[in-house]
Amino acid sequence: MNGLRFFASARFWRGALPALSLTFVLVGVFWLQPRAMSYFGLNLLFNLAVPIALATIAQMFVIAVNDLDLSIGSFVSLVACIGATWLRDTPLLGIAALLGCVAVYAALGALIYIRQLPSIVVTLGMSFVWSGCAVLLLPTPGGSAPDWIRTLVSYKPSYVPMPLLAAVALGLVVHFGLMRTSWGVLMRGVGGNEKAITRAGWSVLKLKMVMYALTAVFGILAGLTLVGLATSADANIALRYTLLSIAGVILGGGEFVGGRISPVGAVLGAMTLTLTASFLSFLRISPDWQIGAQGAVLIIVLALRAIVNRLEARR
Amino acid sequence: MISLSGIQKVFGAVQALSGVDLQIHAGECLGLVGHNGAGKSTLMNILAGTLEASEGSLTIAGNGLGKGYLVQEAGRLGVRCVFQELSLCPNLTVAENTRIIHPVLKGFGWRTRAGLLIMKQLDQVFPGHGVSASDVIGDLSISKRQMVEIARAFTVTDTDIRLVILDEPTSSLDSRVADQLLKYVNQVTGQGVSVILISHLLGEILQVSDRIAVMKDGRVVACRNAADFDRISLVEAMGSTVVAGAAPRRGEETNATIGEERIHMRPSGQPDDQSIRAQAGEVVGFAGLAGQGQTEALLSVFDGHGVLPSGARDEGCCFIAGDRQVDGVLPLWSIRKNIGISSLRRMRSGMLIQSERELELAEAWKERIGIRAPDVEAPILSLSGGNQQKVLFARALGSAADIVLMDDPMRGVDVGTKNEVYTIIRQEASQGRTFLWYTTEMEELDYCDRVYVFRDGIVSETLTGSDITEENVLQASFKQVSGAA
Repeated sequence: MNGLRFFASARFWRGALPALSLTFVLVGVFWLQPRAMSYFGLNLLFNLAVPIALATIAQMFVIAVNDLDLSIGSFVSLVACIGATWLRDTPLLGIAALLGCVAVYAALGALIYIRQLPSIVVTLGMSFVWSGCAVLLLPTPGGSAPDWIRTLVSYKPSYVPMPLLAAVALGLVVHFGLMRTSWGVLMRGVGGNEKAITRAGWSVLKLKMVMYALTAVFGILAGLTLVGLATSADANIALRYTLLSIAGVILGGGEFVGGRISPVGAVLGAMTLTLTASFLSFLRISPDWQIGAQGAVLIIVLALRAIVNRLEARR
Repeated sequence: MISLSGIQKVFGAVQALSGVDLQIHAGECLGLVGHNGAGKSTLMNILAGTLEASEGSLTIAGNGLGKGYLVQEAGRLGVRCVFQELSLCPNLTVAENTRIIHPVLKGFGWRTRAGLLIMKQLDQVFPGHGVSASDVIGDLSISKRQMVEIARAFTVTDTDIRLVILDEPTSSLDSRVADQLLKYVNQVTGQGVSVILISHLLGEILQVSDRIAVMKDGRVVACRNAADFDRISLVEAMGSTVVAGAAPRRGEETNATIGEERIHMRPSGQPDDQSIRAQAGEVVGFAGLAGQGQTEALLSVFDGHGVLPSGARDEGCCFIAGDRQVDGVLPLWSIRKNIGISSLRRMRSGMLIQSERELELAEAWKERIGIRAPDVEAPILSLSGGNQQKVLFARALGSAADIVLMDDPMRGVDVGTKNEVYTIIRQEASQGRTFLWYTTEMEELDYCDRVYVFRDGIVSETLTGSDITEENVLQASFKQVSGAA
């Protein structure tokens, strides 16, 4: 009885929506191109979804504390450039640079909290800083990814393609960390009611710094995966990730304010957006329409969510 | 045993607490009453460590605590507070919200432990509550949220609780659940826990308190055994004994100018035949405790409800916001533009605004209302708070509106400015304007021809002329709404 009611509830449908939309697009792809329904096909379809999913998770940490990171795309590009140059030639310098990036992100979190600055403004400014550093590091497209990263991303386990395993692992690990642990509760609490967290004696400053640092960590993972897949880098390689990552979080059931986020949903959202692009190429529609189509998917899913919410309110 | 001595708190120019001395004994329930702005919430915030006292000392169980007493310290000493506006995270579950106030709930299985802890407490305080540990707070009704927050304050993990502060805990509970809480308060005080109960329902206070402290103007003015008080003596203690200041009493000459009826409105849900009326030339006050529906009534007039003749709303009403930072000031604009915004229709020629006319209007009102600024082109944020409020008055009075709605506009304004504005309000009224004035300050009611006292969204009492006294307003504010809950 209770179980039945849960399946009819709005919360169930809201949670199921990201999975349903991914299934829907996937079925469409398989229908157009049955050969994609293979180990090799799935590998190709979802390969590029992994860095996008990582960037989406990075964005989700910031959205969880009611902020927005408009610099994630240029940050991932910079990391890719570091990966294709310093990390290969002088690994120590490369690692130090990446750790420095994490520290800068944590400092941004502190700055935004202490000065009560709008995160959009700060991160938009930072996006130019990251881009500038990337151009200085790699003025023309080139460089090459370290071999160990290349080996890692091209690893082919038997039966299940690597990108799918990576997506499942990513979703589960972040879900556990953010949704199940006692520390994850505090971090989401900051997004829900900052005052309540302060009144309970926790330092919102520290929590925000941790969230921003985590954004940097996942941004770095995204950049390194990307450079491994692409084998070389370019200062503009991931600029579109900024909007893709925001769209992925929202598509996955997250909300801009209130600390309502879903790591599993965010991964599914990122995969849906990547798949939409392939879907269009199978339809022989020019890639120029990709962004428009991704926007259309976003609008449809958000409209469905609005309908679910309205049904719930009526009850 | 907790004792406060000489506690003072200053916010900018406002003295919220001016030397509070108070003792709380172990195992007693102390009732705390007082009118709006008496300083109750500020005092409780200091006790809970969320605000720091400007002056004075605090002793909890023999630990002398002065400055630097913060929330962590309060938690360690077993002081818990249920704040008036809820401190739960709406995106988290009941169990997760419990974890937030208990640092020891961590590691493997914390979720189960937190769930058991809060459910056990909920069962104890509110039997039959119908809440489950995995419910997300945002999905619960407001009364269930309040139940969760209250139960959470009584949960014990590693440190025993010594004092629980309940600030208006029953405001969104129905009477059955409120009784459960009061019973539980009796029970825990028997076990040695102290409780401070703040409530506007005097019946509640008299029923459960061992002692009652009355606050007024940032001081404790009376603190005696509950048995020594009754409703009437409590209300008397909250009022002022001395009538200070000489407000210009409503005289015969102002009545002469009172003209046609402009507003006739009944709040929705008004059980009797009282209704809000206002005529041209009248200053009508809305009184009562904060948040009892006064602002809603003003907004509904602003939307045109009850305005006569109906449809006369365009340019007929203007609104002076109390929270000027949020609803009033246009922070990037100059004083001139801030004044002119409500009168743009009159200053238009074709599609453009005649800036000379706007300048003229702004200069005239700067002079008349005494805005202390070198120049009306100065940015509004260069002014002090009181002068910014004067700009908002100038904006409203400079417009063509016949009805001026004021939503407690004098919050945080100094006395000098207040007196200047009061004079102008009386002048404008005598020229035929109608003022609806929601105020939380008793003295301001002296400027009103008629006062409606609000309680639970409806008018509980209409006072006119010499009946407008602090005592009558207090009596009506605390009127027991029996059976209506």
